[in-house]
Amino acid sequence: MEYILIIISAIFVNNILLSQFLGVCPFLGVSNKLSTAVGMSGAVCFVITLATLVTYLLQYYVLNPLGIGFMQTISFILVIAALVQMVEIVLKKVSPALYQALGIFLPLITTNCAVLGVALIVVTKEFTFGGEPHLLNLGESVVYAFATSLGFGLAMTLFAGLREQLALNSVPKAFKGIPIALVTASILAMAFMGFSGLV
Amino acid sequence: MGKFQLITKGLVKENPTFVLLLGMCPTLATTTSAINGMSMGLATMFVLILSNMAISAIAGLIPDKVRIPSYIVVIATFVTLLQFVMQAYTPAMYETLGLFIPLIVVNCIVLGRAEAFANKNSVVDSALDGLGIGLGFTLSLTLLGLVRELLGNGSAFGFKFIQGDGILAFVLAPGAFLALGYLIVLFRKVTAKKNN
Repeated sequence: MEYILIIISAIFVNNILLSQFLGVCPFLGVSNKLSTAVGMSGAVCFVITLATLVTYLLQYYVLNPLGIGFMQTISFILVIAALVQMVEIVLKKVSPALYQALGIFLPLITTNCAVLGVALIVVTKEFTFGGEPHLLNLGESVVYAFATSLGFGLAMTLFAGLREQLALNSVPKAFKGIPIALVTASILAMAFMGFSGLV
Repeated sequence: MGKFQLITKGLVKENPTFVLLLGMCPTLATTTSAINGMSMGLATMFVLILSNMAISAIAGLIPDKVRIPSYIVVIATFVTLLQFVMQAYTPAMYETLGLFIPLIVVNCIVLGRAEAFANKNSVVDSALDGLGIGLGFTLSLTLLGLVRELLGNGSAFGFKFIQGDGILAFVLAPGAFLALGYLIVLFRKVTAKKNN
């Protein structure tokens, strides 16, 4: 039950893009075409889940026992950067097809604040799923990370679809590009506000 | 480029928020009020100036291949320093801005200035560049925060002068996107008129 609550909350109620504003750069940057948006979402999904697993273990089994919890920002970003590199190398060898699909998006992910954001949220924020506030355990963290990245993918795909339609319409000159995209995102965010109170 | 231009270019010509569209996450997330926006801007400026200076000083020592990871480590060091400073002197604001203080590490403005300016200019120029871009970012965030606070809460910098509730949506997520979109349009209109 608790896992279902985490999933619904992370995808719809506290959508990472539309209510927490993490990962807005790729949201605006690569959402021109549906296919690139889906590719980016896939790559982000992969990296967020993996990075959260690794940084969670790092925090609880290395940093905390050594009493250097404050080093989390530096160590997390290094782990994420190394992980992205590694994923790229492994993917290139093991599955060239998947590498072709995700390849160009992988280097961009290091500076996607959704990845570092989720990694930091699961070790610092207390959640109230199923009773009193508590920090997430390992299983919950990974589920939370995976669900969050699904929410990222959902918002990204919806938004890219809208922008593809928008490209066919005539837009006032000053609104061209990012401003009209922001207004569209605002309406999408308003729609997602309808989910608040669900969990 | 004169020293004065280094500081002023970030305000209009290379404004990070309205022209370059960098650092969107903190821009949208922390501007629920003018004060919050300003604090986020100042926090970023602190990191930007220090990381620009440090990177400019050590740029010659870093091999070209590992420069980006090295810059990230330098930036992350100053962000950790900022976290300590804020926890000590402004704990309430540290709580409010929360996650977005450590996330300065992945703010593209900071890494962007390191790569585009600091690694090929002198320490003093890099510090001024950081100051200029930081000021532009701070002003944009304050402006966006002010608009959202006025419409959403009927107050400015915490002083309430319109009775009753505002339009709540402007404090919440949709208002952030909407206000930023319209501010960019306004900025484009004004600068286009000036250029003609």
